[in-house]
Amino acid sequence: MYAFDIERPTRLTDAVKLLSDATDSQLIAGGQTLIPTLKQRLAMPERLVSLGAVDEIKGICTGDDGALCIGGGTTHADVAAGAGAYPALAGLAANIGDPAVRNRGTIGGSLANNDPSACYPSAVLASGATVVTNARQIAADDFFDGLFATNLEEGEIITEVRFPVPDAAAYMKFEQPASRFALVGVFVARFSGGVRIAVTGASEEGVFRWSEAEAALAGNFSAGALDGLSLSGDGMISDLHGSGDYRAHLISVMTRRAVAAA
Amino acid sequence: MPADGGIGAATPRREDVRFLTGAGNYTDDINLKGQAYVHFLRSDVAHGTLNNVDTASAEEMPGVIRIFTGEDFADVGGIPCGWQVTDKHGEPMQEPAHPVLARGKVCHVGDPIAAVVAETYEQARDAAEAIEVDIDDLPAVMDMKAALADGATKVHDDLSSNLCYDWGFIEDNKAAVGEAIANAAHVTTLELVNQRLVANPMEPRVAVGDYHRANDESTLYTTSQNPHVIRLLMGAFVLGIPEHKLRVVAPDVGGGFGSKIYHYAEEAFCTFAARALNRPVKWTSSRSEAFISDAQGRDHVTKIELALDADNNFTAIRTETYANMGAYLSTFAPCVPTYLHGTLMAGNYKTPNIYVNVKAVFTNTVPVDAYRGAGRPEATYQIERVIDKAARELGVDPIALRRQNFITEFPYATPVAVEYDTGDYTATMDKLEEIADVAGFAARRAESEARGKLRGFGVNCYIEACGIAPSALVGALGARAGLYDAATVRVNATGSISVMVGAHSHGQGHETSFPQVVAEMLGIDPSMIDIVHGDTARIPFGMGTYGSRSLAVCGSAMVRATEKIIAKAKKIAAHMLEASDADIELKDGQFTVAGTDKSVAWGDVTLAAYVPHNYPIEDVEPGLEETAFYDPANFTYPAGAYACEVEVDPETGKVTIERFAAADDFGNIINPMIVDGQVHGGLGQGIGQALLESCAYDESGQLLTGSYMDYAMPRADDVPFYAVDHSCQTPCTHNPLGVKGCGEAGAIGSPPTVVNAVVDALQSAGHNVTHIDMPLSPSRVWQAMQG
Repeated sequence: MYAFDIERPTRLTDAVKLLSDATDSQLIAGGQTLIPTLKQRLAMPERLVSLGAVDEIKGICTGDDGALCIGGGTTHADVAAGAGAYPALAGLAANIGDPAVRNRGTIGGSLANNDPSACYPSAVLASGATVVTNARQIAADDFFDGLFATNLEEGEIITEVRFPVPDAAAYMKFEQPASRFALVGVFVARFSGGVRIAVTGASEEGVFRWSEAEAALAGNFSAGALDGLSLSGDGMISDLHGSGDYRAHLISVMTRRAVAAA
Repeated sequence: MPADGGIGAATPRREDVRFLTGAGNYTDDINLKGQAYVHFLRSDVAHGTLNNVDTASAEEMPGVIRIFTGEDFADVGGIPCGWQVTDKHGEPMQEPAHPVLARGKVCHVGDPIAAVVAETYEQARDAAEAIEVDIDDLPAVMDMKAALADGATKVHDDLSSNLCYDWGFIEDNKAAVGEAIANAAHVTTLELVNQRLVANPMEPRVAVGDYHRANDESTLYTTSQNPHVIRLLMGAFVLGIPEHKLRVVAPDVGGGFGSKIYHYAEEAFCTFAARALNRPVKWTSSRSEAFISDAQGRDHVTKIELALDADNNFTAIRTETYANMGAYLSTFAPCVPTYLHGTLMAGNYKTPNIYVNVKAVFTNTVPVDAYRGAGRPEATYQIERVIDKAARELGVDPIALRRQNFITEFPYATPVAVEYDTGDYTATMDKLEEIADVAGFAARRAESEARGKLRGFGVNCYIEACGIAPSALVGALGARAGLYDAATVRVNATGSISVMVGAHSHGQGHETSFPQVVAEMLGIDPSMIDIVHGDTARIPFGMGTYGSRSLAVCGSAMVRATEKIIAKAKKIAAHMLEASDADIELKDGQFTVAGTDKSVAWGDVTLAAYVPHNYPIEDVEPGLEETAFYDPANFTYPAGAYACEVEVDPETGKVTIERFAAADDFGNIINPMIVDGQVHGGLGQGIGQALLESCAYDESGQLLTGSYMDYAMPRADDVPFYAVDHSCQTPCTHNPLGVKGCGEAGAIGSPPTVVNAVVDALQSAGHNVTHIDMPLSPSRVWQAMQG
């Protein structure tokens, strides 16, 4: 690590102010990606601004519209324990990383980082959730913007994520053997207005919706409705742990399993 | 014998108290007054000409004490290799120079170029980034077969080629093997890869060099499995420090698995720099650094042929292996694919004709050396995979085919130079069939299939050569060292005992099991006995711990030394009891005149030895301390039979291990709980190799698996509950304890067991899959199922 200063504001407004002053600052939430990056000297911020003490962006509640509202600073462990109203989401959080990761990592940090193999982006996109920041509200379909890229502006902080709770949902993760990130993760959510399916881990473009499968399931929410549907391996990530074709195949398998489990 | 702590007792590991309470003393826990820190600037290219290393601006950085480059080591030796293999033409292997810091060339990613010593670790690292290195990239030599082609780029310009040696074993067998294969009723051929692995001990390597100018003494604290070997190699061959001025301490060591046997450049550097700077110098490897600087394991590419007659008797084995040495020769690297591999190619079977060819090749990769099992897993994998393939081709039961070809009479001289002293392979297979519930497999397969899963059963036998090794024999084979071991038994005045041993414990539990032996021999409580290891200033010259040798070799030395203690103590007791020493019996800590009730206690005799008032001073020296060196007469030959049941998810290719049974013959057993633990650990590592682990480089020599994000280590939920049995015991015939060694068996026997089971599962569903190279990752298994 290079030397850096650290600030631990307790109010969101102070965090926003620090990020906009003249010092080169890097926001840190749970640090589960940033800390290893710093240790490898791949980043050298002058100052870290920690969200760890900003309690106003932590916690889980139910909105007036029935949405499950999760503060951006809420850890995976707290989501796993507290999102009982949305069991598929709680289950997803309960299987991120290991206990140490789940007790530090936050939903806001994960979404802002948008790792192409992270679990949360699939839940946000499949749920049609709304990402709330200190400045605005962003629909899930507008939020993700490719590998490690989002619609967030410089210095913008995720304060809350509002998840409409579907009638049925399930997340199926096929783990990369070493990292246990998603080699392929599929989140299926059925609402009265339709089905949304989001896939993480697989595409070179990051998390995406599988619209053909959504259409097939709209009228017949059963694994059988997916028969004959498949994706091409072109544009899928191909690496040591699996070819693009393998990932494309796994998307079909995991989608069927998610539908069956939902 | 002691009520609860002698030979055969499952005594809890006494060392675990300090390990589990954070009270261990590991090398990184050692911090000396005035200590400086070193950071190594390492090559980020696999192969290149090193034109210039400009340290000028880096030397101006805060906290920098001195920056060393290869030129600073011009007057000291390179890192030596401890084994010289002679090739099939009778010529010595090609042996490249291995400088402490690179000179003229860099040969692998991670090759150290410069070393920055600074007041803090971060300052050293900051300064290293300011060093300007001028390297002209050269093509990386990665593929072993391509490396041997005419005109291939050479890893070492001063060698004639990238071939370290072309070894034939035994050349005299070659013609007969060829004839047997030509005349066989059936020949099964298999090409396979035993993939490269990273050892990954939990504790990364650490070295602390210290120097006392007043008496010109150097001390190296290091994460080593064999401090005396390091002292000998580094003192005599690298730095030119005589033994009496050099002390090497390997305190608590958190796992080695072979990777901490070798003498590494970082150890020599810290010792050298401490002298040059007259202050302690410390290096602690990061995990990332370990991936590019710890010796790696395996990496063999093999073609094996098994010939059978019309009655399915094995008639010949012929193998051709390409063995990757990496960029330099690590301490014991040349012997792994030869004398730890070729000599084991008979396995458990009476195959009359065997010929082994090994071509060892230099590549621009991290050096490869012994890793848990070392050569024996590579041999077992070939034999047991090809037998399984043969059984399928012939339509015979794989267990029956093995049983039919078992060696059943001992001693048995193999066609590959070793003689097995004892064993009972039928007994271990019988035990295996019982504990694996082979009979119940069909029902379990049906149950799996009902859930949409494929279930496979795999079996495997192994033999290994442990208790390394008879010095004269290994000397004739090229070892540049003896492989005896030593123990000093120091009985103190009040009867307590310190046993100083050459073996080193880095997870094996010697501090518990070794006292059990002495306690048994003396009839005293094991709590009166402590083991001292890991410090050349305190222990006799012994060769350390690897090759499942500690108990068989060092334990035997300890027995011999204890026998000397008993003989002397009986003389003292005889004097005290006014009897002849021939009439003295030692039992339960009491010396008794045979046939009488006259006795004297252990503690009275030991006190007399140190307070010799009433003492046979003319015949017996005071004191009670004895040393013995023990050179084994032969290797020991542990053997066993393993079985595994897997489930394969046909949709994803994911393999899960549902059952695993291991029936081992380790000869006599001192502590069955520790043996269980050794077997469990070995099985976990072997399952890791079979399903998960692989060290991969790209074509340019960059490591693709440089962290746990991509290098898959086995975790608790990757392995099943094991059924482990070691009740089949044919004691070793040539060491006093009748022990054989158990540390590597699991890692040797489990990979082929798993692969055999997965192939069985796939074939059960009609897939025409005869082999999949490890690791059997989901994507590889799925790909195989696609045809």
